[in-house]
Amino acid sequence: MSARITASVYTSHVPAIGVAMDLGKTELPNWVPLFAGYEPARQWITDNPPDAVVLVYNDHGNAFSLEMIPTFALGMAAAYEPADEGWGARPVPTVPGHPELAAHIAQSVIQQDFDLTLVNEMTVDHGCTVPLSIMFGQPEEWPCPIVPLAVNVVQYPVPSGRRCLALGQAIRGAVESFDEDLNVQIWGTGGMSHQLQGPRAGLINPDFDHMFLDRLLNDPVGLSEMPHIDYVREAGSEGIELVMWLIARGAMADLDGGPAPREVHRHYHVPASNTAAGMLVLDNP
Amino acid sequence: MALDKPYGDVPGTTIFDADQARKGYGLNQFCMSLMKAENRDRFRADERAYLDEWAMTEEQKQGVIDRDFNGLIATGGNVYFLAKIGATDGMSFVQIVATMTENDAEGHAAMMAAGGRPIDGNRYTHEWESRA
Repeated sequence: MSARITASVYTSHVPAIGVAMDLGKTELPNWVPLFAGYEPARQWITDNPPDAVVLVYNDHGNAFSLEMIPTFALGMAAAYEPADEGWGARPVPTVPGHPELAAHIAQSVIQQDFDLTLVNEMTVDHGCTVPLSIMFGQPEEWPCPIVPLAVNVVQYPVPSGRRCLALGQAIRGAVESFDEDLNVQIWGTGGMSHQLQGPRAGLINPDFDHMFLDRLLNDPVGLSEMPHIDYVREAGSEGIELVMWLIARGAMADLDGGPAPREVHRHYHVPASNTAAGMLVLDNP
Repeated sequence: MALDKPYGDVPGTTIFDADQARKGYGLNQFCMSLMKAENRDRFRADERAYLDEWAMTEEQKQGVIDRDFNGLIATGGNVYFLAKIGATDGMSFVQIVATMTENDAEGHAAMMAAGGRPIDGNRYTHEWESRA
């Protein structure tokens, strides 16, 4: 009996989505279509509750300053407090960790040649808490423990798509050798097209985003070869966050000789604040 | 040997790489300090005196006082750190972003609601040069 990765979720983590939920604005006309598209995913996760989630995200200059810039930072802690990003901490529950699973992943993944940074104390910003809100709504406690994996996508160079896909494969191997009967999901977050800086800020590219969703499902290895410049040029300077989705995709069965994943749900909406918001839910049949 | 940096050819875009981070280290660390309420209070009380405590160029200090976010990005600032200045002023992230564009906050929000800035004509620097 061992743990297994049963599904992967891909979603934008736009802070304004969290703010809309925190302030009870989800019924306003500009937010209704976005949140309506999340309903099938929320129903699915209610019907298929994970025992733990490996949550891939990036910190936005909150837990990590420029003092140290870990490329892949794995959270080892028992709990993570939501960060105050300058507008006050989000009124969401403390994020519970899974120290035993995290320690096992660290042991396994580092031995598979990935030089992870291990973090025993950190806060988690909207990159981590907004996906939890999107999928689980507004519970008093988050329904399962989380293993956060923070990826540097703020200071270039960020890890390549190829490296991200391979890390996902290594995480799959790690989870499957954990001797506990656990239903584990892996989530890749961030994106889709958006640019938050300079005169080109506000860039949105739906054609790129739809292409990315299609290839993530059907051609992940080919997609992982896409160079950074294509993300930057086509999806905006912050669209590079999408490389993190490849980590979650790498953990699916088909990249380990198994069957192709099944598309459970897809959603795309423009805009969420400055960003194109996308979602894909895949499970392993 | 010079490293390949193809992202110089994207208009209106500065990629925050290790060279930019080196130039902007003091500036971005100053921004991080604004995550503490006591530092925000000290900054508000006397911006110049607070800035003088940091290893920043005069151009960076003036850029902060002027809230010139594009200028600060050119001198090594990163938007996620610079946003701490905006937060200290009570600005929303959308307001901060809008100051870097041709639009005011309302115009920027309207552009986003209409689908955002289109990709066509916004891929390469020569597309912006020929437009001017």
